[in-house]
Amino acid sequence: MKVLVSVKRVVDYNVKVRVKSDGTGVETANVKMSMNPFDEISVEEAVRLREAGVATEIVVVSCGPLACQETLRTALAIGADRAILVETDVELQPLAVAKLLKAVCARESPQLVLLGKQAIDDDSNQTGQMLAALMGWPQATFASKLTIADGKAQVTREVDGGLETITVKLPTIVTSDLRLNEPRYVTLPNIMKAKKKTLENLKPDALGVDVTPRMKTVKVVEPPKRKAGIKVPDAAALVAKLRNEAKVIS
Amino acid sequence: MSCLVIAEHDNKSIKVATLNTVAAAAKIGGEIHVLVAGSGSGAAAEAAGKIAGVTKVLHADAPHLADFLAENVAALVVGVAKNYTHILAPATSNGKNVTPRVAALLDMQQISEIVSVESPDTFVRPIYAGNALATVQSSDAIKVITVRTTGFDAVAATGGSGAVESVAAPADSGLSSFISREVSKSERPELTAAKIIVSGGRGMGSGDNFKILEPLADKLGAAMGASRAAVDAGFVPNDWQVGQTGKIVAPDLYIAIGISGAIQHLAGMKDSRVIVCVNKDEEAPIFSVADYGIVGDLFQVVPQIVEELKK
Repeated sequence: MKVLVSVKRVVDYNVKVRVKSDGTGVETANVKMSMNPFDEISVEEAVRLREAGVATEIVVVSCGPLACQETLRTALAIGADRAILVETDVELQPLAVAKLLKAVCARESPQLVLLGKQAIDDDSNQTGQMLAALMGWPQATFASKLTIADGKAQVTREVDGGLETITVKLPTIVTSDLRLNEPRYVTLPNIMKAKKKTLENLKPDALGVDVTPRMKTVKVVEPPKRKAGIKVPDAAALVAKLRNEAKVIS
Repeated sequence: MSCLVIAEHDNKSIKVATLNTVAAAAKIGGEIHVLVAGSGSGAAAEAAGKIAGVTKVLHADAPHLADFLAENVAALVVGVAKNYTHILAPATSNGKNVTPRVAALLDMQQISEIVSVESPDTFVRPIYAGNALATVQSSDAIKVITVRTTGFDAVAATGGSGAVESVAAPADSGLSSFISREVSKSERPELTAAKIIVSGGRGMGSGDNFKILEPLADKLGAAMGASRAAVDAGFVPNDWQVGQTGKIVAPDLYIAIGISGAIQHLAGMKDSRVIVCVNKDEEAPIFSVADYGIVGDLFQVVPQIVEELKK
């Protein structure tokens, strides 16, 4: 079974992002970039499926500027077999990414596409569901457990209030939640090996996809800052403040 | 203009998240219709019609809509979408699952988790875990939106006079099937609907130690939550997690016990009205957002707070 995994290059999750002074976005120049953590979980899951004998080939795809090659190399070092970059400098919105991935799916015919449930930059949480819609495939989002058997995927999903288990027919889309697995550390020998793996470069035009943004960012601002409050000496002082000053308890 | 709100419900009643979403629709303007998709969901549809400002309820009832499978619900929504300029759903796990599928089928770019309506085509949404707020303008014919419920005060559950109209459910897609659900049972309020939340972090040390928070939560009628660190350590179930990738909450009072205040956690609770923290590390970032903080050992301070509350 062939597995396709989509990965996004984002500002590293440890970076404290700064809004640009002209209000056009957040500062991404000279900032550490990494693979979106949920996508890393997706790559790890694909590699585990291959180690379990379920997956036979893992293709990773990234859509974005040339620098996404680094992210793809990381995915290859985790264990993916080959990579595809859909290269564009246009700001890609989830619907455009879903259309690009649909075009890649048409070329690759995977049985399973794994994506992170959301990217930690735009926090959209859309691409997987959109790709499923465009392919006419089922979707299993927010996965914390994935089992493949008999042409179906059984997926445990993290939902409000608990867990839900569904089965979906293959081919399908699965989006990864935090607790699907813990990605392995990439080792130096695997980084070296990854350099020799194939990385194909495609352009949106060649795939026949219009990636023009539908949504315009008017401005980006910092959220209102919370004023740091006060330290109180003990429980008695705290409860007095909550009762008499904040009036949140009686 | 006309808005369709996809209801969050349990077949018997309407969830508060629906009322927050109707509030967002009211800011957009025009008629507000609510879609109730479920099975044996007549009572929920009746209740939806009573929501303040709602003028019509579309009710689709079928066995294969019982579990809100995305494939079936999205097909239903797409079938009625052409009558509306805006389609809104709360950013619950159901809303987040179904809405992008609807958007893609309609060839619309969804606008996720809005916290403010600036005009019928312009919205504010948090990005980068709430560390920035983006104002975005959509050029799409139908605005497909998920609503961050903490951004909008719920409208009244009564006062509306929406007539219930049946709509036929499309056939079961056959692509997916529901197997089971494990819902955490609790006498406490739901995290996202609670007025007061008591949350524990890595500083709790173990799952057993969370028991020390129970008398406090009981006394306050509070829901219980946790940081990602506490969930990852296996102290408490996943659905307790407050933060960027967990629940987004904004109660009147949020009490953070043994939580350091990582960015990802703050993203989930910093819009709370009053924040209290107890932490032994006075340098912990949580103090920079807390209205009232106590530097001290939580195992001593928490029981003392409970004693004080009894006075």
